[in-house]
Amino acid sequence: MENVQPAAVVASRSPSALRQNSELIAFALMAVGLAVAPFFTYPLFLMQAMCLALFACAFNLLIGYVGLLSFGHALYFGWASYVSAYAAKSWGLTPELAIIAGTLTAAVLGLVAGSLAIRRQGIYFAMITLALAQMMYFVALRAKFTGGEDGIQAVPRGFLFGLIDLRNEAAMYVVVLAIFLGGFFLIYRIIHSPFGEVLKAIRENEPRAISLGYKTDRYKLIAFVLSATLAGVAGSTKAIVLQIASLTDVNWPMSGEVVLMSLVGGLGTIFGPVVGSFVILVMQYKLAAVGEWVLVIQGIIFVSCVLLFRRGIVGEITAWISGRLKS
Amino acid sequence: MVEIFGIPSGALFGQLLIGLINGSFYALLSLGLAVIFGMLNIINFAHGAQYMLGAVMAFLLLQWTGIGYWWALIVAPLIVGAIGIVIERAFLQWLYKLDHLYGLLLTFGLALIVEGISRNFLGSAGLPYALPDSLRGGQNLGFMFLPNYRAWVIVASLTVCFATWFVIERTRLGAYLRAATENPTLVRAFGINVPVMITLTYGFGVALAAFAGVMAAPIYNVSPQMGSELIIVVFAVVVIGGMGSILGAIITGFSLGVVEGLTKVFFPEASNTVIFVIMAIVLLVRPAGLFGRRT
Amino acid sequence: MRKSLGLAALAALLLCGTASAQQINVKIGVLTDMSSLYADDTGPGSVIAAKLAAEDFMKSHPNVKVEVVSADHQNKADAGTNIVNQWIDRDGVDMVADVPNSGVALAISEVIRAKNKVFVASGPASSDLTGPKCSPNTVHWTYDTWMLANGTGKAIVKSGGDTWFFLTSDYAFGHALERDTAAVVEKSGGKVLGKVRHPINTNDFSSFLLQAQSSKAKVIGLANAGGDTINAIKQGAEFGIVAGGQKFAGLLIFAPDVAALGLKTAQGLTFTETWYWDLNDGTRAWTKRWDKERNSAGKLPSMNMAGVYSGTLHYLKAVAAVGSSKDGAKVVEEMKKLPAEDSIYGKSTVRVDGRVLHPAYLFEVKKPEESKYPGDLYNIKATIPPEEAFRPLKDGNCPLVKG
Repeated sequence: MENVQPAAVVASRSPSALRQNSELIAFALMAVGLAVAPFFTYPLFLMQAMCLALFACAFNLLIGYVGLLSFGHALYFGWASYVSAYAAKSWGLTPELAIIAGTLTAAVLGLVAGSLAIRRQGIYFAMITLALAQMMYFVALRAKFTGGEDGIQAVPRGFLFGLIDLRNEAAMYVVVLAIFLGGFFLIYRIIHSPFGEVLKAIRENEPRAISLGYKTDRYKLIAFVLSATLAGVAGSTKAIVLQIASLTDVNWPMSGEVVLMSLVGGLGTIFGPVVGSFVILVMQYKLAAVGEWVLVIQGIIFVSCVLLFRRGIVGEITAWISGRLKS
Repeated sequence: MVEIFGIPSGALFGQLLIGLINGSFYALLSLGLAVIFGMLNIINFAHGAQYMLGAVMAFLLLQWTGIGYWWALIVAPLIVGAIGIVIERAFLQWLYKLDHLYGLLLTFGLALIVEGISRNFLGSAGLPYALPDSLRGGQNLGFMFLPNYRAWVIVASLTVCFATWFVIERTRLGAYLRAATENPTLVRAFGINVPVMITLTYGFGVALAAFAGVMAAPIYNVSPQMGSELIIVVFAVVVIGGMGSILGAIITGFSLGVVEGLTKVFFPEASNTVIFVIMAIVLLVRPAGLFGRRT
Repeated sequence: MRKSLGLAALAALLLCGTASAQQINVKIGVLTDMSSLYADDTGPGSVIAAKLAAEDFMKSHPNVKVEVVSADHQNKADAGTNIVNQWIDRDGVDMVADVPNSGVALAISEVIRAKNKVFVASGPASSDLTGPKCSPNTVHWTYDTWMLANGTGKAIVKSGGDTWFFLTSDYAFGHALERDTAAVVEKSGGKVLGKVRHPINTNDFSSFLLQAQSSKAKVIGLANAGGDTINAIKQGAEFGIVAGGQKFAGLLIFAPDVAALGLKTAQGLTFTETWYWDLNDGTRAWTKRWDKERNSAGKLPSMNMAGVYSGTLHYLKAVAAVGSSKDGAKVVEEMKKLPAEDSIYGKSTVRVDGRVLHPAYLFEVKKPEESKYPGDLYNIKATIPPEEAFRPLKDGNCPLVKG
């Protein structure tokens, strides 16, 4: 597929050397920042935030670079966390194998749901993904192995590769950091690969991409599965970190939350989802005392992002900087 | 008692009845979604919240002003419809030129706001709303026990659904509406104020949701999450029916309610998922939906 | 003589001196349901109960400083564990109380055990907390599913209700209550004809009630609680369940639920509790204090709230005896050694598996004409002594109980 590369599409979208460099610098800063952060804040919170940030990045791969709004991404995140928790607890698998099991589940679910959903476009796509996710929520609610309302509790963190005790908070942190940075870098590579360029071409103008000879449905499906898989990595890891898998992670508010995180940070920007998820989580954490007003505030953020800052935090900042550079 | 396929007839007809009632709500809500989508090209995610708001209004009217069920059936939809008109003027009108997805995101945000506010003031447990006195009690039909109120819900929603269908498909006003959907510029050239028509359509769709909410209040209690649980199922109903046709939305709504009721009798474990499974099958066989036009 | 008195006084002074130097700080977290279906049976009322206990204890022990914090677990196990993790790791909480929701309770009991703090489980019902899942850091106050089943189930079968159909809340609590009750029913010569499970916080019970109706069982056992029980009984009236000759058995009913249902609907319901606000002078005086803080007309304290008070008080006694709140297992050990006594629960004992033994009462809801003043809801039909009310130690399969 990749050998037919219309030069026009690639050239118009390829990042300048300057931009790529600044992205690498930002990546290095983020890695260093996260490495020292646990000395200043609550590590469990940071680990949770990294899992959700990776989840948001996976979601953003789909909306930001293919233009597909999945309103049911909790399906992959939540089911991966169930399988990972179950594998670690009931099969006694080591954490890395449990995470792989969860991730594979998400990939398979992504393949099934994706091939159904890409049959429609636009808002129908959003509604279908939401409905499929809700179906699997009900399955999780009724199924035996998920523990229904109780969830899977007291999941052992276990020994990484059978050697390193992850009950040690520092060891667990390093593992989560590695998974997060690895996942993030993978997404970065995908976006800047020729494959990623085709995705962007589909986002901009699908009929044109078809006329150029691309089987766009196949590209969309691959992107969907990749996104679901990475969401699965995030979900599986979260189950091991927090030692619990529950309905919260598979229910629709979680799907809405990941949309919100990406929207706040900036759809289609590589760092946007990370910034967005940290902003939203810090807000939830600081506002935990005000109870249900968190929901209201999230709603207000949604509305104001859609009406006023459609580019999100990172999008607005880059736009501002490039505006200054030009003038 | 008579048995049908080894199932006591009371249970079978009872579940069918419950299915029809659920179907009434699916039909009313998917009808409202279809009307709004037809005019505004927006999927109104706040539809569930507006349905809940109808029930909450009925509850508050009773608590604060003593206005009972029958008046609430008229007053609550008017109030919520007016709120809808404000929403359209304040927010939605800025989005018509953008990708439709933004409409979905915005209304999702609105739904969160409404749900959050109600949870703050009402808590998340359901609040009881008493049956109207005139519809208390029920009929023992021999093969089943039929509560009066539930029979009323089915009759009322059928009436409202078909009245709506009649207005849109068979009257002059409806003709303008349909024409404005197809070609707004042309209709405007005839001297019809299209933006006002859009606003009123949104208000009407929202009022339909609120009407369903008032009818639901005595059955399901008034709870802030009653809308969000329902709206996702209604989305599936809309995907199955396709949004092209008003009649399609009504028929799909009622029949899926019945299918769900039957599932509760024969295979209760699947009763929550059956509508979604049907959606998946329809997508495989007829991606545009049962009544949808190919786009 | 004079001299020795002076010496005694000096010694007393010195003792006081060392005691006040040994200032003990204790932080108590009330994890509860603030806004959903269990909020009226626990929630804000439980927080008040914990504060009253702290107040009373600090009056008699000025060297102990007790702080009470609270949070809403939203009936979600993950939200609950998150809060407890933060409470212990960051805020220095030593003891968690209440937790009305067995699913959440089982989850946080693991966390508290791993971090060696104390869980005074006065809100959850599952008897597994002192059974297979018992913990050296958990004390189970107030009640459990075995005790509810044993008290209510036996009485109803004896009065002729020998065929049952269960309407069960679909999580740890409902499963445990259904399991324990079915065992009692069958042991007493009754029969279980079927069951249906509904999600927690259900608003429409009609389709479940129809299944119960067509089962033809004499008794519909409600293995649920709070708002769910209230809704099931109310909607049952709409579908003519009681008029058709079937009877509801509410297996877990609290006084606030009866008040919400109204005596007209609730009259005749029979169930078991360990506490009622109108039991004696001590409970009435406490209710007055509670009511002043709650400041909401018509609300009654439930046995869970009383359990929070009683459990917190006993916990604080043990902390004072140990001299520190930091080693949870040690405090619990002390709780098991000390006899518990207070003005509202009377005397209780803490067993080795963490089960607290109180007397239980079989109550019947009064007819509207029998009720003489607001809140006058129950008749006492029987008093069950502590050792009969709760599951025998050997039947629990608790690993803490050695041979």
